[in-house]
Amino acid sequence: MEFTFDNNIPIYIQLLEYMKIYLISGVFKSGDKLPSVREFATTFKVNPNTMQKALAELESMKLIYTERTNGKYVTKDSKLIEKLKDEYAITLAKSYFQGMRRIGLGKADSIKYLEGIDE
Amino acid sequence: MNEMKLLEIKDLNKSFDDKQILKDINLSISEGKIVGLLGKNGAGKTTLIKLINDLLTPTSGTVMIKGEKVGVESKKVISYLPERTYLNKQMKVSEVIDYFADFYDNFDIEKAKKLLIDLDLDINQKLSKMSKGMQEKVQLVLVMSRIADLYILDEPLGGVDPATRDYILDTILTNFNDGASVIISTHLISDIERILDEVIFIDKGKIILQSDADKLRNKEKLSIDEIFRRMFKC
Repeated sequence: MEFTFDNNIPIYIQLLEYMKIYLISGVFKSGDKLPSVREFATTFKVNPNTMQKALAELESMKLIYTERTNGKYVTKDSKLIEKLKDEYAITLAKSYFQGMRRIGLGKADSIKYLEGIDE
Repeated sequence: MNEMKLLEIKDLNKSFDDKQILKDINLSISEGKIVGLLGKNGAGKTTLIKLINDLLTPTSGTVMIKGEKVGVESKKVISYLPERTYLNKQMKVSEVIDYFADFYDNFDIEKAKKLLIDLDLDINQKLSKMSKGMQEKVQLVLVMSRIADLYILDEPLGGVDPATRDYILDTILTNFNDGASVIISTHLISDIERILDEVIFIDKGKIILQSDADKLRNKEKLSIDEIFRRMFKC
């Protein structure tokens, strides 16, 4: 996967978004050991310090935790990940309805459009 | 007690004849940072870099590396990529590698060979037969293969195409050792800003700003490139 970054937004915030999607989609599951900061930095092609900052932010959100000397792990509390997924889905849904409202379509019509789309 | 900085510059001035090139430069760089030295052509970037490398003598002020004035010792721990090539173009890549290994105690020959392969370079080719982009890659390999405390890269992206620029940035990112710092001077800000911890803006021989890159983006809601352009209207 190619990762792209928008230079107008702090890089660590964009890394945080990528990491959240990893957690939500189960690339890293509850209780999994995470790659090292260096490994992540190589994957994303970013500065290790910036990667560290993004991981520290995830840690302060309790989504990951550090086991002393052993590395970082995804939280064992799977409810936290579920909650993150829920919040993320709501944000995506809201932005869909917002877009539809802009072209004059209400909620009921918007849902009809959704149902008419083959995945 | 103050934490000792990797690089500390105090009240530095440099004049050539009557012309003052650098004015009252004060700055410090900690360990483990990638710092962008950003300025237009003629802003004083290369002069500052040459002073850090002890290739020029300050008119006044001091440049310290790990608490010691620059000199023979600091040259051992600084790996420097000059703006212009100084390599003999009649040499083959393998000969240049041997030359560097002879010259520098801290040159990692295995790493150099690995990097050459990663960057698709032929060790048996003469430099004169290589494109400018390939020569720049060879130079970067030489510089990044030294185990140093400070890497100073003066315009490492100068003559190369955008695809090669990404290659070069990735090589820089994955090859500076833990605790070392990197100073990259460039006017090609948008290409490089994603890898920077800190930025230093230099204009007309003065340091205008030194800041954490993401903090600056957050504050201005703009890219470093755009902030720079607005500040200097270029």
